[in-house]
Amino acid sequence: MHWSDTGIVLSARRHGETSLVVTLLTEGHGRHTGLARGGAGKLGRALYQPGNELSCTWSGRLAEHLGNWKVEARRLWTADLLDDPLRLSALSAACSLIDAALPEREPHPALFGATQILLQALTGDEAHWPEIYVRWEVGLLTELGFGLDLSQCAATGATTNLTHVSPKSGRAVSADAALPYGKKMFRLPAFLAGGRGGAPANDPQADIRDGLALTGFFLDSHIFHPHQRKPPPARQRFVERFGMTSTISGI
Amino acid sequence: MAGPEIERLVQLLARLPGLGPRSARRAVLHLLRKKDALMLPLADSLAETAERIVPCTTCGNLDSQDPCAICCDTRREETLLCVVESVADLWALERSGSFRGRYHVLGGTLSALDGVAPADLNIDSLVRRVTEGMGAIREVILATNVTVEGQTTAHYISDRLSGTGIAISRLAHGVPVGGELDYLDDGTLNTALKARRPL
Repeated sequence: MHWSDTGIVLSARRHGETSLVVTLLTEGHGRHTGLARGGAGKLGRALYQPGNELSCTWSGRLAEHLGNWKVEARRLWTADLLDDPLRLSALSAACSLIDAALPEREPHPALFGATQILLQALTGDEAHWPEIYVRWEVGLLTELGFGLDLSQCAATGATTNLTHVSPKSGRAVSADAALPYGKKMFRLPAFLAGGRGGAPANDPQADIRDGLALTGFFLDSHIFHPHQRKPPPARQRFVERFGMTSTISGI
Repeated sequence: MAGPEIERLVQLLARLPGLGPRSARRAVLHLLRKKDALMLPLADSLAETAERIVPCTTCGNLDSQDPCAICCDTRREETLLCVVESVADLWALERSGSFRGRYHVLGGTLSALDGVAPADLNIDSLVRRVTEGMGAIREVILATNVTVEGQTTAHYISDRLSGTGIAISRLAHGVPVGGELDYLDDGTLNTALKARRPL
């Protein structure tokens, strides 16, 4: 059997001297692995860098086999990011998160589309790409079945002045309702509240750090910790580049 | 059928890069035919190399002396330090003959997939070498591979050395010598355009 799709390279592991075992996030077939014969050669190495978008054809005798990739370049995003440490670390974090968190061979077309948007933002002149990255992580949580409910206050039902998120329920909490809980709640960045939140933080980076702390906590507690695994080090390195020092912010 | 000694030799040779069981069998047959001229000298050479070659405690290069010949060579520029991923990369630069400074071999790159963290590489020793070098090193050239992992490692090292006041550079990316634009991938062309310089 064989099928053709569009895929984004997540990881490539050397197999023998000339081949690679490559994992792609495909639009219609989800996270899928296959053998790329000759992928470790001069031409293949440029293609199989994490983040590159390829036209791919998977073929195997049976669906459960590892199978083989035949690919062609669609958009080699990665080359544009190699000189920018922060954007490169964001790309590595996104690819390793999908690789570590997403079940194999389960289609997630929405996540594929969101990842394309993230790659466009990373490689473009988009100044708000860190916001897009945080939104992408929120979307990843949703795709995995652990979406955050940021539409109304979990305690009062209010739909305005949503400033915090409960670490227990993953639901938004209004400023008044969050007051008694001190530092036990995550701050909800204004850009995630969609007009229902408080004022944006004075430091534009503070909202990003709060957003990364929020998604990092739920990724760890819902996806990695239950399987006695740690989040990928690439994400940790990306967070460190933002100078993150605390995981839970004050009120 | 071959004897157990030959089978064992075939199995061992087949584990070398570039050799499979079939080519290993051919190599063994060739060695057996040229026992005195090739097999025994090869065996001696292997034993001697295994016994004498050690990693250099200064740079990580492989040599029969520690510090290695490159680290001991007083004709080399002490102010230039080139950071490479592996000894193979060091040998490649030495073959080119264009670099006359010193080296530091990292022993790999940061890799989330293979679980390689900064502590698994010779990065701490690099930082010590640079900071404790009493100002001898003036420029560090990061010659890691142009891959996501290679460049991530380069950025990490650059961060670690950022407070030392030492110039940090990296190798140029772009069109290879003899490269025809028509055959280059989009990524290389983009990088080459970005790194263009006035004539």
